[in-house]
Amino acid sequence: MNSEEIYRLLEPIIKTYLPEDVSAKEINRDSDLTRELNINSAHLVDIILDIEDEFNIEFKNEDMESLRNVNDAISLIQQKISA
Amino acid sequence: MNIQKIIEQLPYSEPFIFVDELLSVSKESITGTYTFKNDLFFYEGHFKNNPVTPGVILTECMAQIGLVCFGVYILKEENISEKSTFALSSTEIDFYLPVYPGEKVFVISEKIYFRFQKLKCKVKMLNAKDEVVAKGTISGMILKRE
Repeated sequence: MNSEEIYRLLEPIIKTYLPEDVSAKEINRDSDLTRELNINSAHLVDIILDIEDEFNIEFKNEDMESLRNVNDAISLIQQKISA
Repeated sequence: MNIQKIIEQLPYSEPFIFVDELLSVSKESITGTYTFKNDLFFYEGHFKNNPVTPGVILTECMAQIGLVCFGVYILKEENISEKSTFALSSTEIDFYLPVYPGEKVFVISEKIYFRFQKLKCKVKMLNAKDEVVAKGTISGMILKRE
């Protein structure tokens, strides 16, 4: 799966947890999930769990540390599905 | 972990502690009880001349037993610092029956997951007749206490 295909599946997951005052148009590959998209830490966990289901992969606690923006999520997903 | 120790570690005190006793706890679930004493402060105003336990207080009772007490146990089992606690992050509760002054309730909470510092539970509250008073889901995130 290339990063474009991953992004297409990832965007609707993120959209579900966006606060009301953040427009879905603000989601792009460089968006910082907590600082720019204003997703709280509890919803970040929901996003991770939805990603696990969507891509049939499993995240570890350490993975959370390298997850800041949408691109980080895409590369983590790529690593996991090719592993 | 000793069940009584869990209550001692709670960050609450009167007039805002809504846990009397824990009946059982495991890594998967917890059961506890609370009796709403007749003289609790909120009955005077909720409602005028018609005391009924507020839904937010039922939610608080469900969260104190089903999330925070449960969390104290889980953190201990997972060897996470005693200085940590769970901060409420979301609740979704439906209410079915009123709870009047003097009623005893039972709170049963089952773990849905505990991952990435988030504990999410399916929680229900029963009255002394074993009827469902309220049920729903409650989640919290680990918070480090100073």
